[in-house]
Amino acid sequence: MIFDLLSYGAFFLTMALSYAVICLGLNVQWGQTGLFNVGVAGFVAVGAYTSALLTTPFIVDRIGGFGLPIVIGWLGGGLVAGLLSAALGLLTLRLRSDYLAIATFGAAVMIQLVLLNLVGLTGGPFGIGFIPRPFGEFAENTDLFSFANLAVMAALVSVTYLVLEHLVRSPWGRVLRAIREDETAARGLGKNPESYRLQAFAIGGFVMGLGGAAQAHFIGFIAPDNYLPTLTFQVWTMLIIGGSGNMRGAILGGVLVWGIWAVSGNIVSQLFPASEQARASSLQIVLIGIALCVVLLVRPRGILGENATVSRHVKARRKPATGSARLSSRT
Amino acid sequence: MITQAIMDGLINGGIIGLGAIGVTLTYSILRFANFGHGELLSWGAYVALSLSAALGAMLPSLSTPIGPFSFGWSVPIALIGSMVLTALLALTVDWLLFGRLRRSGSAIIILVMASFGAALALRNLLEFIFTSKPAYFTNALQISKPLFGGMRATPDQLLVLGLAFITVVLVHLLLTRTPAGRAMRAVSENAQLASLTGIDVRNVIRLVWVLGAALAAVAGVMSGLLVQIRPTMGLDLLLPLFAASILGGIGSVPGAMLAGLIVGLAEALTIQVIGAEWRAAVAFVILVAVLLLRPNGLFGKATA
Repeated sequence: MIFDLLSYGAFFLTMALSYAVICLGLNVQWGQTGLFNVGVAGFVAVGAYTSALLTTPFIVDRIGGFGLPIVIGWLGGGLVAGLLSAALGLLTLRLRSDYLAIATFGAAVMIQLVLLNLVGLTGGPFGIGFIPRPFGEFAENTDLFSFANLAVMAALVSVTYLVLEHLVRSPWGRVLRAIREDETAARGLGKNPESYRLQAFAIGGFVMGLGGAAQAHFIGFIAPDNYLPTLTFQVWTMLIIGGSGNMRGAILGGVLVWGIWAVSGNIVSQLFPASEQARASSLQIVLIGIALCVVLLVRPRGILGENATVSRHVKARRKPATGSARLSSRT
Repeated sequence: MITQAIMDGLINGGIIGLGAIGVTLTYSILRFANFGHGELLSWGAYVALSLSAALGAMLPSLSTPIGPFSFGWSVPIALIGSMVLTALLALTVDWLLFGRLRRSGSAIIILVMASFGAALALRNLLEFIFTSKPAYFTNALQISKPLFGGMRATPDQLLVLGLAFITVVLVHLLLTRTPAGRAMRAVSENAQLASLTGIDVRNVIRLVWVLGAALAAVAGVMSGLLVQIRPTMGLDLLLPLFAASILGGIGSVPGAMLAGLIVGLAEALTIQVIGAEWRAAVAFVILVAVLLLRPNGLFGKATA
């Protein structure tokens, strides 16, 4: 009994952490750089499908199925999603800010079409199954298996977090925020906003693809229905509620919103008869949509919010009590 | 066959054009890409459907078809009612959400994101109320009549095409010949300068929502009349609407209509030559081509 509960907890947490990875990718694009990506589902799908094609065993009537190691699949998924982001960025980043939003929305529609129609590559509406799972050899022992999966996902989140946190604190990250806050000033300092935005957008796309790939290997089966606009919306809600601009906020939002989603889905499935379930679950999306709008109105910085970026020299000087007088006299 | 594709494309393009006018107006005057505009089309269609069903139930004589068309007087009356109610819906959303964000000085991109959240809420509310099952104004089947050159069209389709054309002319006259239209164009050029000359910017914003939503209701009802009414109809039309408004040049009403027709024709030709399953790709390809070759669109002005 207690083991069942733990096992379910591990399953839940693994799923939530896979969303956290996607959310971290979005945080690089939106939280740090202010780029609005409405096609998150598309980039996640590209990562998932690429990895599935690279790692699944060979099948006669489908291209792909190279049976490569899972790590190569994940990196490949991230890479293709990153390249796609770079291409879209090149197309739109020099134009009005919301052209990027429209272009990413279009890209997601286009990717959904390719998933559905290019049956020879993507398996069409039925998707791709038999995606190898990490530690597949433990599959008989479900508890061990689910904890091993959780460990893998937790390691992925930690590594992504540490790398991104390092990037964001580096001079490169400071330039990103400088561009977000005041593009003209950043340009005046000799930084090229287009180039930095493109880099951030591509890196964010890579992380989203990586998250999508990891998620696909955890579920073991992917289909176009997993990558509808609702997914984009869920990830956005996670980031906004958790606190955009803050990497820990992105992870917290991923786990928290996935928790709310899973619990409310459970309630819906118990309260409503089977015939009314589809209707009731649309109400679930309505409520989360309203929640997003309310957070935007009431607390736009989310739960954790962005830490104010202050030079560590200023921080160090603030500590002694005498220092504050000197600081205030300057203003 | 090719003439038939042109006919189908023009009819569908007329609907896209009407929707794109609303997108281009909100874009140029409120200065953000409204991802919720598609939902105004869906809501317009569902409101009209409910009104027309209610009217038909109260006065059965209203459901008997008018002349060669498939629907009775209940549908045109419901259309007028739906234009009013959809405009009220748009004003309510603006009052609850966009207006507050504007006042708190939020960045444009926050408005875009809010419109995205509002769109999901509105769409799923429709799905909750009406379920995802497709609905129709009438169950009557129409036989398409042969026109010149081997083209065929139903009376409904010809009516829609004519109505779209008349509506565009009316909107164009409204924008170019009336004080309200002049105020709208002034605000789209520079809101601060416009308010200095005594134009009430808030009024103009309300007018934009009313106009955009009413046109969306017309487009939604037309699409519902010719195809079917589904909660996702607006979402499916959103990308063609954006493609048309960018191709036409943001802020240009004739541009939006012409570009709508181009997108509609391109879709019809794609269905004819490549296959119906790739139809939704057309708008994206056009969008990418415009952004690459002529980001200001056919009739747009260069803006920062």
